Amino acid sequence: MELINIFVKSIFIDNMVFAYFLGMCSYLAVSKQVKTAVGLGMAVIFVLGLTVPINYLLENYLLKEGAMVWLSPALKDVDLSFLSFLMFIAVVAAFVQLVEMAVEKFSPSLYASLGIFLPLIAVNCAILGGALFMQQRDYPTVGHAAVFGLGSGVGWLMAIVFIAAIREKIRYSNIPAPLRGLGIAFILTGLMGIGFMSFMGIKL
Amino acid sequence: MSTETAVAQKEKEALFSAKRRKLITDPLNDTNPVTVQVLGICSALAITVQVKPSLFMFGGVLFVLALGNVIVSLLRNLIPSRVRIIAQLVIVAALVIVVDLVLKAYAYDMSKQLSVFVGLIITNCIVMGRLEAFALGNKWWPSLLDGIGNAMGYGLILVIVAAARELFGSGTLLGFKIIPAAFYEMGYVNNGFMILPPMALVVVGIIIWVQRSRNKKLVESN
Repeated sequence: MELINIFVKSIFIDNMVFAYFLGMCSYLAVSKQVKTAVGLGMAVIFVLGLTVPINYLLENYLLKEGAMVWLSPALKDVDLSFLSFLMFIAVVAAFVQLVEMAVEKFSPSLYASLGIFLPLIAVNCAILGGALFMQQRDYPTVGHAAVFGLGSGVGWLMAIVFIAAIREKIRYSNIPAPLRGLGIAFILTGLMGIGFMSFMGIKL
Repeated sequence: MSTETAVAQKEKEALFSAKRRKLITDPLNDTNPVTVQVLGICSALAITVQVKPSLFMFGGVLFVLALGNVIVSLLRNLIPSRVRIIAQLVIVAALVIVVDLVLKAYAYDMSKQLSVFVGLIITNCIVMGRLEAFALGNKWWPSLLDGIGNAMGYGLILVIVAAARELFGSGTLLGFKIIPAAFYEMGYVNNGFMILPPMALVVVGIIIWVQRSRNKKLVESN
């Protein structure tokens, strides 16, 4: 039950895009067509769903104060948490490279549709943001962290598909010239964010 | 030693030539990182409820961007291009750790308020974007200017958005009361909506609108 709660919460209430503005750069740049938006969204779910638990394990068995007790009791006072930024980003970048190579080797068709987005993801703030929120919220088990990562990814996919659909339609509308493109995308996202705020406070 | 100073002096003559001044002034308007290049939006929106945190954020980005640009441009011939992304990320992450620790030591409240967004300077696209687009192909002095210029363009938008949201949302600027008490007695009410996250997007949208209607060459075709 708790897991479902985290899942729903990270999709609707703590939505990466509408509540925290994470991953906005690629969100705005790649949302001109629904098809590419779905591709990028899928890649984000995949990477987020795997890097958050990996980073969770790193955080809890390596970086936190006293996390290395399992190695030897003498390491009880070691606190490496100042290294967490470096570790998290290294994990994300390395993982993205790894996934890119694996996908290219084993599934060329998936690579053709997803491959170009993978390098973009290494610097997508939503991925690192997921790891940092995981650290801040202190989830009790790796399962919670994984569910949180997956949920955030799904929320991000939803947001980018919605805005891409709207932007496809809005091409035929008569928008004031200076507002076209970027300006209207910002305002639309704001309006969608207001809509999403109505989910606030929902608990399962 | 003497030749070195001579070279330094020769460079100094053109230290602020017109072309180099443009590196600083262009990002304020024509190539503004936030409203034109669409970089670094994430943090620009999340921490702009009040002016003070956005000033701290600007300081952090200025430090990371200027120093990161210099370091990458000094190392640009040593970094193999296949691993350059990871190399850049490590340089940036190291600088961000410095910012994070300094904030934790000297401005703990601020560091709590900015929470994860200090860490997210690492993936702030402005930093990576400028490292890729400029520092990898230029000497360290222009890179430094470019870094400062872009950080200032970013900070400018940050402060405008934050000022608008703080003024209309809570009637203060930097924590000082701006809207006089007489207004409230006449029935003026703070617009609580401005404090909520979605309004940041709308404010940036309006800034883009104003900027593009004054600067026609930035208008997009579709």
